[in-house]
Amino acid sequence: MISEKAIYINGLGNVSPQKTTDNSHFLDEVNRVQSNRLGCFEPNYRDFISPDILRRMGRLIKMGVASSKLCLADAGCGMPDAIITGTGLGCLEDTEKFISTLIRNKEELLTPTSFIQSTHNTVSAQIALLLKCHNYNFTYVHRGWSFESALIDALIQLRNDRASTVLAGGMDELTNNSFAITHRLGHWRRKPVETSELITSAGSGSIAGEGSSFFLLSSSPSDGSYARLRDVLTFNLSPAGKSLPLILTDFLERSGLSPENIDLVVCGMNGDNSSARPYKELADSLGGAGIAAWKHLSGEYMTSSAFGLWMAAMIMKRQHVPEIAAVRHQSGRPIKTILLYNHYLGLNHSFILIQKP
Amino acid sequence: MANPVVITGYGIVSSIGMNADDVLNSLIGGRSGIGAITRFETIHKGKLPLAEVKHSNEELMEVCSLRSNRKYTRTALLGIAAARQAAEMAGFRPGQALRTGLISANTVGGMDLSENFYPQFLENPAKGRLRDVAGHDCGESTEAIAEYLGVSDYVTTISTACSSSANSMMLGAEMIKAGMLDRVIAGGTDAVTRFTLNGFNTLMILDKEGCRPFDENRAGLTIGEGAAFLVLETEEQALKQGKTIYGVLSGYGNANDAYHQTASSPDGTGATLAMGKALAMSALLPSDISYINVHGTGTANNDLSEGVAVQKIFGEKVPSFSSTKSFTGHTLGAAGAIEAVISLLSINHHCIFPNLRWSTPMKELYIRPVTSLIRDVAVEHVISNSFGFGGNNSSLLFSKYNPIP
Repeated sequence: MISEKAIYINGLGNVSPQKTTDNSHFLDEVNRVQSNRLGCFEPNYRDFISPDILRRMGRLIKMGVASSKLCLADAGCGMPDAIITGTGLGCLEDTEKFISTLIRNKEELLTPTSFIQSTHNTVSAQIALLLKCHNYNFTYVHRGWSFESALIDALIQLRNDRASTVLAGGMDELTNNSFAITHRLGHWRRKPVETSELITSAGSGSIAGEGSSFFLLSSSPSDGSYARLRDVLTFNLSPAGKSLPLILTDFLERSGLSPENIDLVVCGMNGDNSSARPYKELADSLGGAGIAAWKHLSGEYMTSSAFGLWMAAMIMKRQHVPEIAAVRHQSGRPIKTILLYNHYLGLNHSFILIQKP
Repeated sequence: MANPVVITGYGIVSSIGMNADDVLNSLIGGRSGIGAITRFETIHKGKLPLAEVKHSNEELMEVCSLRSNRKYTRTALLGIAAARQAAEMAGFRPGQALRTGLISANTVGGMDLSENFYPQFLENPAKGRLRDVAGHDCGESTEAIAEYLGVSDYVTTISTACSSSANSMMLGAEMIKAGMLDRVIAGGTDAVTRFTLNGFNTLMILDKEGCRPFDENRAGLTIGEGAAFLVLETEEQALKQGKTIYGVLSGYGNANDAYHQTASSPDGTGATLAMGKALAMSALLPSDISYINVHGTGTANNDLSEGVAVQKIFGEKVPSFSSTKSFTGHTLGAAGAIEAVISLLSINHHCIFPNLRWSTPMKELYIRPVTSLIRDVAVEHVISNSFGFGGNNSSLLFSKYNPIP
């Protein structure tokens, strides 16, 4: 195992369906909707990007650039040593635009902009371009593990001393077409559901979402450090393989911890009956820990664990679980260790472990 | 280097051969895979060339002994066909008490099937066969390869445009060095789609005559398809298991050009940084390099930028270099891995492969590519370059394996 060098989360930037662009507020005011899809509260992009560039930029790129800038400003970092992103589907709007025009125009009279922007690493490339950052730049595109893969790479870069600061983020956008397709695949509730009721109301399907969340990870703490990022694991569950509690015990052992150390589990439960069992199994095995959830606030998407980590980091710094996120209260002990547990459609399970800096 | 990362297996599927032996024979025989479009319908048929893998999806399934009732994307099938060769060569079997990872890469995922879905879907959102779009994302092919090989300790996918699969080898080596995995099957796969063909066509960078890298009259790239994978592990482990070692991944570097979303900088900033990082990690000097397998797409912009960078790094003593994209076409997300295999073939078979279709030197550069096969030459260290959209520049440095005396 790699040397246990402390890694800190020193900055956050989050564009999401909630008002999350100002880190001095933490879900004080909740965007409550009655729907089966959530779209982002988008900031005024002119605050982040010059108008001539903004005009041609796809929406996910705008979300990504804005949240990365918020994050760098929050951390007081001008130039990260690496930029690493994760995205399940990349710039979907541009991809759909190019393929639709290609089909409708029978391959004629096509323009390059949407093709160029459809490339999956466009967000990390645009961030580098705007910063003039010549450093390491990677993009991961593995479904429900896209963001986790980016975090794992960030840990490697920091622990192998390739970098001392890494800007890492996860982002995906929801389009009308992708909503229609995933709706047909049975991913979403047939009837609109109220934000605060998604997690508690049993049903088939979740609500669709989107967002872009960035983290400035550093090998040095700062006055504003939110948390220490201890470890990340991606895994699958199989009937013949190790049980979920056993995978957790082995995972925690890598950091010299045991399940009793977990004060809070930030959980990817999404209101879908067929996804609920592993979350319940884990919650039951950690009876002393509080439980919090995020997908009623962000919606479900391939990189929603990035929103989850944003929430976990905010909870750690403020030592407070907002009422809207709390699923099971714990005994009021200080929150020193938070486990984030997520899976995407029963596949791509992941743990992210953070501790008080 | 304390415990170097070595290569114990490789596999390749491309327009010039369905395995490493066939690819080597085509490279030695000067047989390019670039030709007419045959596999799918497009208005560019008869006008633009491609470097297609001639096997149909059904034939690829047969090669891989896959059952026929499951729908695979072509990206997945090409990937499985290449990865199984690499795994077999390295004597890989699941459950050997080694933590094994699969790191794959591609640029358009299952777009080949999505193209069947969208025409009906756009007419009516309730139409279009869902199984054609379920594998649209870039992770689908990786999951299919992982399942086929029985790899589960770590599985992920990288997409950084045309440097994608060079980057999967970089991550694989880093994870081994960090002690997180014992062995990694790393590479990439991409199928030709109408999406990419038309995309590059809108940029007006497709050469109607087939790509002519580093030629003064070059007019663009030629898109190809294929897949390649390498098996990476530590030297110590490979020796303990009595494996044949085919080369050492002695250096690598990724840097961002940060100049333009698609164009490369005129001074080759990113390319210079990437090659410099790879050299620094390997502790080698530019004069130690025997051969550069250049990115060499054949576009006016890339070859000039890369050529300037090569001149900057190597000065007056530029090693032999060639773009084997003149054989394989530009296989996009698979290119880094395909050219890594070609670099290993160069080292192990003591050959430097020619840059086809070259006749006139570029007026801005004093360097010229190798244009005919060089045989019986000692190839000690090879740099393989892969550069992509978004200024994503990667260099890998492969060395001949010299057993510990």
